[in-house]
Order: sequence, then C-alpha cells, then structure tokens
Amino acid sequence: MPDYQNIFTQVQVRGPVEMGMATDFDTASERAGKGGFSTLAGWIGNAQLGPIYLGWFGLISLVTGTLWLNIIGFNMLAQVGWSIPEFIRQLFWLALEPPSPEYGLQMPPLNDGGWYIIASFFLLISVMCWWARSYHLAMQHKMGKHVAWAFASAIWLFLVLGLFRPILMGSWSEAVPYGIFPHLDWTTAFSIRYGNLYYNPFHALSIVFLYGSVLLFAMHGATILAVTRYGGDRELEQIYDRGTASERAALFWRWTMGFNATMEGIHRWAWWFAVLTPITGGIGILLTGTVVDNWFIWAQEHHFAPMYDGSYGYADYGSYEAFIGQEGN
Amino acid sequence: MLPEKWFPDWFDDWNEKNPKNLFGPAIWVGVAGSAAFVAVMAVTWGNPFAHQNLQTGPRGTGMSVTKYEEAITTPDPSIADYFGEAPYEVAEGEPLARDVYENVQVLGGLTEGNFTRLMNSITLWVAPDQGCAYCHAGADEGNYADDDLYTKVVARSMIQMTQVINDDWYAHVNANAEVGVNCYTCHRGQNVPSDIWFRIAPVNEGVAGWSANQNRATSQSQFTSLPSDALEKYLLEYESIKVHNLTAHASENPSDPGVATWQNTERTYSLMNYFSNSLGRNCVFCHNSRAFYDPAQVTPQWATATLGIAMVQELNNDWLVPLKDLYPEHRLGPVYADAPKAACRTCHKGYQKPLQGTNMIADYPELAVISE
Repeated sequence: MPDYQNIFTQVQVRGPVEMGMATDFDTASERAGKGGFSTLAGWIGNAQLGPIYLGWFGLISLVTGTLWLNIIGFNMLAQVGWSIPEFIRQLFWLALEPPSPEYGLQMPPLNDGGWYIIASFFLLISVMCWWARSYHLAMQHKMGKHVAWAFASAIWLFLVLGLFRPILMGSWSEAVPYGIFPHLDWTTAFSIRYGNLYYNPFHALSIVFLYGSVLLFAMHGATILAVTRYGGDRELEQIYDRGTASERAALFWRWTMGFNATMEGIHRWAWWFAVLTPITGGIGILLTGTVVDNWFIWAQEHHFAPMYDGSYGYADYGSYEAFIGQEGN
Repeated sequence: MLPEKWFPDWFDDWNEKNPKNLFGPAIWVGVAGSAAFVAVMAVTWGNPFAHQNLQTGPRGTGMSVTKYEEAITTPDPSIADYFGEAPYEVAEGEPLARDVYENVQVLGGLTEGNFTRLMNSITLWVAPDQGCAYCHAGADEGNYADDDLYTKVVARSMIQMTQVINDDWYAHVNANAEVGVNCYTCHRGQNVPSDIWFRIAPVNEGVAGWSANQNRATSQSQFTSLPSDALEKYLLEYESIKVHNLTAHASENPSDPGVATWQNTERTYSLMNYFSNSLGRNCVFCHNSRAFYDPAQVTPQWATATLGIAMVQELNNDWLVPLKDLYPEHRLGPVYADAPKAACRTCHKGYQKPLQGTNMIADYPELAVISE
C-alpha cells in the first residue's frame, strides 16, 4: 500500500503527461514545452514538470525582471572595475544603491542612483505583470483569486518600501538598496535611525502574524500528516463530507486546547495570518519617518516603554578587575 | 584476493538461526554512548565554552558583556614584553639634559640620568632592532643633536603628543585608575604602530555619492558592507555622529542639508562597530540598545568613550596630520598619500583598557605632564 505521497514520496506514478484542461481562453496554444517527469521533483512534489503557460504577462514579467537583475549585476561589476574574480569575491557586499538624499524626487545622475531608478521601474513592471498573471490564470481556471490577493499583500509592502514611503518622504534615497548585505544594513539603520522599530506597534503586529503563520503552518501540516492514514490528506473531500480523519483531528485539538478550527476554516486562518504580515508591516514602515520619527520616544509618550530600576555600568554589578583578570588596576 | 568466507561456519550458522534487529538497539546504544562520552569529557576536561558575564545595566534590559574564560584569564601578551624602568632619584644640583646635550627641546628639564633612562626606554619601545641610530643618524659617532632624520622630528612631536594625552585628556586615559599612555601603548616594539588608518573612500569605481563609499569588505568597514569612510568623517572631519530626532514627531526632509538619513546611520553604525571591535566589547557595555541615543540610559563608560572620540579628533588634527610633510613616501597612505592617523584600536588593540590597564606612566612621570 502506498504511503503518504508528498515530501519523500515512496511511490511515483508514471503515465502519459497530464496536459490540463482546455479553458475558454486560448491557453492551449500558449503552453510551452511538452512536459516530462523528474524523479527528483517527484520526491518533494509532483513528478511532472511542464508544460508551462507564460502568456504576455509572464513574458513581460520575465523580460523586465531579467533587465532589473542585469542592471544590478552590471552596476556591481562596474563598481569593481569589471573584474570577475572581484565581483564574485565581493558579491554579497556589493549593491545598487538608491540615489543620494540631495536629489530628492528628481532623476539623479546615472552613477548616483539613476540606474537604481531605471532598475526599479523594470522591477515594478515585472512584479505587477506577475501579479496580473496570477489573477489572470485564476480567472482562466475559474478559481477564486485568493492567491492573487495574497500576493498583492506582499506587493503592498514592496510598494511601501520602494514607492509610497519615498514619495511621502520626498526622496528616492529612502528606498532599499539592491544587495545581499546592503539591504540588511538598510534594515538595521532604518530601525536605529527612527529610534528602534521594535517600539512600532505595527511592526509588533507584523511579527505576531509572521510567527503566527509559522505556528499555524506547523500545526496544520502536522495535523493533516497525522490523520493521513484515515484519508485526512483528502482535505477538500473532508471539508464537505467530514470523515473520521476530520473528527480525530478536531477532537485532538479540542481536547488539547479547548478549541479547534474546521477543515475549511484552518485555511482561512492561515491565509489571513500570512496576508496580515506584510499588510501590518507595510503600515508600520509607511508611518516611520513620515508620521513618527522616534518610536522609542513615541512609546514613552504612550506609556508602553517601561523604565527599569537599577544602575548603569559594571561597577554596580561586579568587579571589573576580576572580569578582565588583572589585579589591582 | 579477498577471502570468500570472512567468518567460520559455526558463526554463520548461529547468525542465520538467530536473526536480530540491530538497528533499533544500535540507535539507543549510540545515543546513550555519545551522551555518556560528552558527559565524561565535560566533567574531566571542563566546559570548552566556559564564559563569564558582566552585567552592565538594570535587570530586564539584557545589558551584559560576555567573555570566554580563556580570553579573560589569558593576559595581553604585550604586557609581558613591556619594559619599564623607575625614575632615578634626583640629587641636589645634578646637571640637566639641556645643559649636557645640544638641541633638547622638550625633555631638557630632566636630569641627565633620567633623560638617558627615557631615551633607552623609547628605543626599546619603538626601535628595539635599529637602536639609537633609528632616530639619531650620527649615534655611532656620538652625534645625537642633529635633526637630520624625520624619525627624530616625528618622535619629538610624539613625545609632546603623549604628554598632551596624559595631561589634557587625563579623564580619558585615567578614567577609573591610573593607566595613562606612553610610546609603548601604541608602538609595542614596532617602528610604526599597528592599527593606524589612512583615507580610502571612495571604494567603488564609476559611482558617486553614497554608492561610492560603502558596500566593500575593507579594514575600515571592519569587513562589513557599511561605509568605509566613518573614521575620516567622524574622527578627522568632526561630522556629527548623532542621527536621532529627540522628539516623536519631526518636520524635516531627507534632502535638506544637515538632516541625518539612514545612510548617515549606517556610517555611525560603521564607527560604532569599529569602536566595539577595538575595545573587545559589545554595544551594551556603553549603551542600552533599546535607545542608543538616550543619555539617560548609558553607562559611565559612555562618557569615557565620548571623551575618547574628542581626544582622537584632536590627536589627528593637531598632531598626526600636520606631520605629513615630514614622512617619506612609504610611510604615507596608499590612496591619498595622507599621513597615518590614529583611532581607538591604535591604543586599545582589542582590549577595553590598553594593555589591560597596565600603568604606563607610573615609571615615567615626565611623560604624564606637558613640559614647560
């Protein structure tokens, strides 16, 4: 009897390639590739790879996305004097930076953020086309648009970081650098500059939803795997025709914590937690530097940054001499 | 040729008749055995990661400096190499250096014996291999007066600088105990001290502004992608290190001159990172990291460090940069041919107190005050 069939599936089905249904739109002619099978892919998901449907949105998205990536790459390469070894060595350090602050919302020179603006323009088109594609494909398949709207919530955060907040701040220099370490530097500097982002309640909410998403994901995945032996992996059937798998999963959680989600409702929980992570995070970023310039002081004014009793400095807590191992100095 | 049979028949027979699942027990034996091994090693050899914590702030703030035991108990090797000689007693009417030698501009008020004692010490601190001739070209012929060598002129200026550090910046170098500095604090037996710095920005080619001064692993960015011009901007050009608004709401635009941006914050972060590495301490040795800027939530060491920043700014601008024209080319910076400059690490070399608080002026009172 075949065991559970995802992650390290032990049985892989091989047959004719599944070509998918015909839709009302002319998608069949735009499907690229004949499709094939990969054992490796089959271990972690569906063994069939392709065919793929790109359409105009997908093509434009790929082309503009490639342009964005190449503009960044060639800018990095130029910064190391077109030296390939140095480019590889410094790759994680290098970046395409936004313009310097003095240019405000004007078009800066190419060598001081101009290429950044051009690259960002292409990235905007690319991301928006990919979103349109996710909407369009759902429409063609007569599906709900849940994936597109979830993606839109991530795009909201993306637009806040690179478009809305820089405009409100009056300077493109506020955008995030394109680079591995440099974008992390931006994150740290952004938090410190505005008096510690951890005191931003929307940042706090975003963390709650992020960690909450992780928790829900683990709980749901574990629950379904645990009742797979009773057919629990056939989740859709279990939604409208509740069987013993659903019953056991529900009882398990109800007897564990007094409450249980339903076979359908757990997916709404997960969707909202995931979607609210970038929505609340985006609000927090948008308010920073525009409405609130120092979150720690803001938190003090709103009485949720406690003051701690005690002294500052090692002298009050222990001997420094003992700590550094040198006597009498 | 490999043997066809590895084991005698009786064993193979027994094995066949007594099948055992070895994997289950093997896992248990392995886990239990490994745990026992680790426990025995930890008890007999000690915890390899033993460390000590030093609390530096109120409970609940997480302010604590953590060090490995080994780092605490191993003294700075420079301490053992340090040479110090106590001052000679001064007899009534003893001749002074300025009366005995020619061209003694700074230390002429010392007795001859004490002057020679200091000269000998300086030789051991700065030029132990080259000896007197490193500064005094005619030393072999008994001519010590000439200023032919740049090293001598620089050394004179550095003696004065040492006096200024000990006298004018007393509160920094003797913050909570007498430590002070002498030549050895920086030089450690080398002609040129380690951990000096030169201007290197811009570090990227073909770009301008904030794209040019960062995102490269350099010694000045401490191998981060933070700006590589923090030392020159703050410790040479007196730019403001502060980046925060001290009100919850401020009306300002990043494009306005003088407004600190996140880019400035990265530069400050770069300096603070250098600071931290130079002293072998973390942020919370001075700051409460929840509000870095808040002067009500810093340790007393923050004041000492702030004084240190002001000191380094003065040392660079008043003492080190003006020496530029004296140096030969190979002593100047690789990019701008600028004079070598100092910062925290030049003295501290990774320790909170240089040489872990060894008193460097106890034997050298003549270096502790500015000569008249």
